[in-house]
Amino acid sequence: MYEVFHQFLNPEIISKVWLYLLKGLGTTALLSLMVVPLGLASGLAVAALWSLRKRWLNGLLIVYVDFFRAFPPLVLLLFIYFGFPFVGIEVPAIVAVAIGFLLNTSSYYGEIFRAGIESVPRGQWEAARSTGLSWAQTMISVIVPQATRNVLPDLLSNTLEVVKLTTLASVVAIPELLNAARNAQALTYNATPIVLAALMYLALLWPVVRLISRLEHKAVAVR
Amino acid sequence: MELDRLLFTFFNPEIAREYWPDIAKGFVVTLQLGLATIAAGLALGLGLAMVRSLQLRVVNWAIVFFADALRALPPLMVIIILFFAFPYAGLPMSAFTATWLSLSLVLAAFSEEIFWAGIVSIPKGQYEAARSTGMSAWQTLVNVILPQAVRITIPPLTNRTIAITKGTALGSVVALAEILGSAHSASSLAGNPTPLTLGAVAYLLLFIPFVLFGRWVETRFAWKR
Repeated sequence: MYEVFHQFLNPEIISKVWLYLLKGLGTTALLSLMVVPLGLASGLAVAALWSLRKRWLNGLLIVYVDFFRAFPPLVLLLFIYFGFPFVGIEVPAIVAVAIGFLLNTSSYYGEIFRAGIESVPRGQWEAARSTGLSWAQTMISVIVPQATRNVLPDLLSNTLEVVKLTTLASVVAIPELLNAARNAQALTYNATPIVLAALMYLALLWPVVRLISRLEHKAVAVR
Repeated sequence: MELDRLLFTFFNPEIAREYWPDIAKGFVVTLQLGLATIAAGLALGLGLAMVRSLQLRVVNWAIVFFADALRALPPLMVIIILFFAFPYAGLPMSAFTATWLSLSLVLAAFSEEIFWAGIVSIPKGQYEAARSTGMSAWQTLVNVILPQAVRITIPPLTNRTIAITKGTALGSVVALAEILGSAHSASSLAGNPTPLTLGAVAYLLLFIPFVLFGRWVETRFAWKR
């Protein structure tokens, strides 16, 4: 028992690495603050383009969305980060993460927003347009607010997935929480930093999981 | 940039010919890993949801705790724990086992929640009617509740299963020679990204049918309101 404790929650090692891990957590937060708004905005753009109802455009959008939903995000990230330097384009890790996440998350957020926009009754469009609002004004002031409310649980649950996905940045050596934990583990020959990082993720993301569960069960109950 | 050079770099036929067997081997590993994950994850998830419907308080707490924790933890974090931390407790495991076990547990957590939401959504009258015909609680669950519940869980379940199965690529982080792992090491060896392109194509071959199936299932089994 003591041995396990010594290897997994060693107080001495905790006191040595916690500050370093907190810094990694800060980087994870910054990364999330970069990729989540980027994903939301681009997803909304995909959904808005979809609701223009141009047949050829919708065909392209389906191909785009399905393509990037079929592609594992890590493959995308490594392709950008390790592939492009071969043609003389050096991509900094953070830019590779931004591009990879943009392509991946815009597909997922796009599908969610599309479902949201489609859930707003047609009459809302017609009423708004007949009061003299332009297409864009209708979209921004009438449709998107209602659409967002209708798909809030899905948006939240996808955002949680995106935040969890920032661990991929560790693979291209961005010093976020998981990367910091791996480095600390390699230096201390002890599992404590990994366990500590897992506890940090749990402490921060557990409340979000609970909230999503409650929203989802509410949504089922309403039906 | 000249298109020729781009093609020569990313789709070099000579390098493709040399390295495609590596990618093909990786493809088989990914396929095995994916199928094993889907089978174990969904079976465990369904089992947990069935046990949860028996409403045993302490057991339910344990199930909710498990499902919450594995939905909160990033899958790559779980793989790292199993592969790098468990050996310290005298439990070393292969990269394949660590990736398979991690993804299966994550899929079990998500699918348990989805199955459970499906079970809860069946009107109580169904349960009462079945019990009053003399069926046991277990018979009611298996013959009356689940057939109805599983049907409505199919769309969310399909999407979640695709998302988690794509996580097989995470195995490359613990040096598993699945598609991404083999493609990455082949492209370092060759000094050319063509193997990565091959790997990307392999993933598309594998997952595009899944994604299209998910789209079809979404319209086929949509909630009738």
